[in-house]
Amino acid sequence: MLKRIGPKLILLVGATAITIVGLFAYLSLEAMRTGMLGEVERHANQLSETVRASTRYAMLLNERDHIRQIVRSISQQQDIGKVRILNKLGEIIYSSVETDVGMMVDKDAEACYSCHSADRPLERLPIKERTRVFQVHPDSSRYLGIITPINNEQSCWSAPCHAHPRERTVLGVLDVALPLSDADRTLAKIRLELVLSALASFFGISLIIGLFVRRWVDRPVKELVHATQAVADGNLSYTIKERHNDELGVLAGSFNNMTRRLADARMQLFQSDKLASLGRLAAGVAHEINNPLTGVLTYSSFLMRRTQDRPEIQDDLKVIVRETIRCREIVKSLLDFARQSVPKKVEASVNEIIDRAVHVAKNQLTVHSIQLVKETANELPKVTVDANQIQQVFLNLIVNAVDAIGPRGGTITISSALLHLSPRGITQVRKAQCGKRHSLIDEEVRIGGLPSIGVRAVFGSTEGTVHLDPVYGRHSHQYGLTVPVGSEVQFSCTECQTSLIDPSLQCPLCSAQLCVIDTPGQGLLEVCSRRGCDYEHWETVDNGGLREYVEIKVSDTGSGISADDLPRIFEPFYTTKGQKGTGLGLSVIWGIIDNHNGAISVASELGQGTTFTIRIPVRQPR
Amino acid sequence: MGSELDILVIDDEQVVLDAVEHICSAEGLQVKTAQDGPSALQALDQHRFRLVLCDIMMPEVDGFQVLSEVQRRFPQTPVIMSTGFSTVENAVKSLSAGAIDFVPKPFTADELLSTITRGLRYRGLLKTTGGRSVASDDSRGFTVPCPARYSRLGYMSWTVMESDGSALIGVSHAFARTIEGISSIETVAEQEEIVQGIQCAQIHTTAELTHSVLSPLSGKIIERNLRLEKDPHIVEKDPYFAGWLYRIIPSDPDYELSQLTPCGSDAV
Repeated sequence: MLKRIGPKLILLVGATAITIVGLFAYLSLEAMRTGMLGEVERHANQLSETVRASTRYAMLLNERDHIRQIVRSISQQQDIGKVRILNKLGEIIYSSVETDVGMMVDKDAEACYSCHSADRPLERLPIKERTRVFQVHPDSSRYLGIITPINNEQSCWSAPCHAHPRERTVLGVLDVALPLSDADRTLAKIRLELVLSALASFFGISLIIGLFVRRWVDRPVKELVHATQAVADGNLSYTIKERHNDELGVLAGSFNNMTRRLADARMQLFQSDKLASLGRLAAGVAHEINNPLTGVLTYSSFLMRRTQDRPEIQDDLKVIVRETIRCREIVKSLLDFARQSVPKKVEASVNEIIDRAVHVAKNQLTVHSIQLVKETANELPKVTVDANQIQQVFLNLIVNAVDAIGPRGGTITISSALLHLSPRGITQVRKAQCGKRHSLIDEEVRIGGLPSIGVRAVFGSTEGTVHLDPVYGRHSHQYGLTVPVGSEVQFSCTECQTSLIDPSLQCPLCSAQLCVIDTPGQGLLEVCSRRGCDYEHWETVDNGGLREYVEIKVSDTGSGISADDLPRIFEPFYTTKGQKGTGLGLSVIWGIIDNHNGAISVASELGQGTTFTIRIPVRQPR
Repeated sequence: MGSELDILVIDDEQVVLDAVEHICSAEGLQVKTAQDGPSALQALDQHRFRLVLCDIMMPEVDGFQVLSEVQRRFPQTPVIMSTGFSTVENAVKSLSAGAIDFVPKPFTADELLSTITRGLRYRGLLKTTGGRSVASDDSRGFTVPCPARYSRLGYMSWTVMESDGSALIGVSHAFARTIEGISSIETVAEQEEIVQGIQCAQIHTTAELTHSVLSPLSGKIIERNLRLEKDPHIVEKDPYFAGWLYRIIPSDPDYELSQLTPCGSDAV
């Protein structure tokens, strides 16, 4: 239970709240008790003075009945417990309780103690010491008693009656007791209220915190945990709803970003992997098919050679030879593709290639009553591409669109446009070296399918290799040693261990040292040495300004691709066409575009249609 | 050692052996076939051959091993390599290792006969140099070696980098001498790309044969030798200078030149 944040927080804040409220309650209760006691005391004192004053004259006249009458009538008032007058000897002379009259009070008793503890009785005492709080028996309510001495005065010793001797100071005492039951009741009530409010505030605070934690901490954390588990299980398309903009919201956002990038990287890896296995397969197939094709081609061509005098056979043989040579070219192109051969790039106009592809597909479009809309931009710069391969790409996309539209007809839109994109995130570091001109490019470790920049990294007492992302500004570095995010790492050449850190430079974002890598012909690439800092600066490339791309979009109003199929359509052998397709088309397209340093993406909605977007750089990187 | 036969064909695919034997026999050539490396080497022990046609991808002993074995033991016997897995690497490796030609499968009867004719003529030229041991350069005793600074792709073609960054491409003298009676040279158009180890020109002969020239370098053609259209024989007379084929802008000269044999080392 206490392993979770919520209960912990509730317990902590609740305990704090109850301590503070409890202390406050105690102090205020104390103050109130003192105040109320004081009030009763004052009242008792006043009452005593009243009794003394009102009995004075009767005493002087020694009218005992009158005095008794006064005592009784005063004590009959509400909230007055007992009124007694004692003489010097401790005998009760007058009392509101008749039966007490004549009884002796022990001088050592509580009421007398404050004066009579010393040998000689004190004659004057401050009010505080004349009061006492007592209970007649344990179950009864409390009383506040106050003793007021009746001092001797001239009129007493000069009175004609039983004149007291002059040398006496105190003639007797007046003892008034007031019940504290009312005050006690009020106090008990207030105490109960305070305890209740303390408990209420404890539960209220706990509830609010509980709700807060549940709403803003528990649920997002639970979601995050769930998401990490989902990602660990391989579901990289899992995204968390970014509901809040607090720290957890930011965390969720960066988590989503991370999984997106992971998914991208995995997709790239997957593609390269699939293409590699496709390559092996194609190589095997090519080898196997070429042998029987050799049989067909050699025999048929030989037959053609030997029957030159028989034109009626010649024509037929020519077809066999021609078609076999066509097979040879197909296998060759498959092999070329599988080897990811360098395309035969020449300067070409994208719009012309589109026209050619459309021309080839014209028949299919008419048969399926599909309208083709061309929205090609005028004055596009020429691009350096393998025109045949790019034409194959467009043709393939058009044929796919025709299939998606089906027999009911629809529209295919092909557009082209010129784009200017930042070099960040797209420019690849192809050559990198240390100060002593050792190459840092690591063909073995690839990031996103591209050879990485391998550098030796030292962090504390550990050292290892860090593979920097070769794509400028993408930051998908791979750390071969444990480095906590936010720590600086010392980078050096893997071969000669020459430091790559330039101590004279500082990261403008986090002030860490900068790692400087020489990219021959393209100046210096600066990378922040702090893990987690995204600073990269490649002056030469940045100065080159925005990169020009020709963007071609092929949209159809066809059946669309489901969200489940969408991430997989560029995988080799993945087909939704059943027996109709080989599943190779789009992966071949992907390979071709990749070979042209371009990018292809797809957006689709079921029932609405699909749009393929291709970007080809106007200038191929050198 | 038994009698001298014309051709030893090595291939693990029976239909290829049959086809080659069929075509060559019709031309009056004596053919022996072997289905794998070991039996080929056995056949080489039993007979002398004027020419060896060898597949590359074979189980156990592959074509390159057969090639080096033939080079070592029978330096006077030219070898033509062939494969169904025709990659640039295989082509360059074959020619660099001493094969006189590389024929990608599947081939036509004409392509087969063209390369075999050239191979046999090569053998004839080698023989005329008598018992002289084969030179380490590309002259092989009967041709002019390529000049220093040039690089060559086997005994087939050469390239030389010019100071302006372009490269000239041409055929070697050994190649030119094995072609009898050039009638025309079919070249690739300017602005087109050619690829190292892939055919870049075809030389047609009066005997109606067609010989493929494999390019020593990849790049974009910026100039063709127009003199060859009028007088293709310049290739035979002056293959290293006046008989050049193309001027190209090489696409990856650093790597590709390292795959070639520098001619300068031959002269020493």
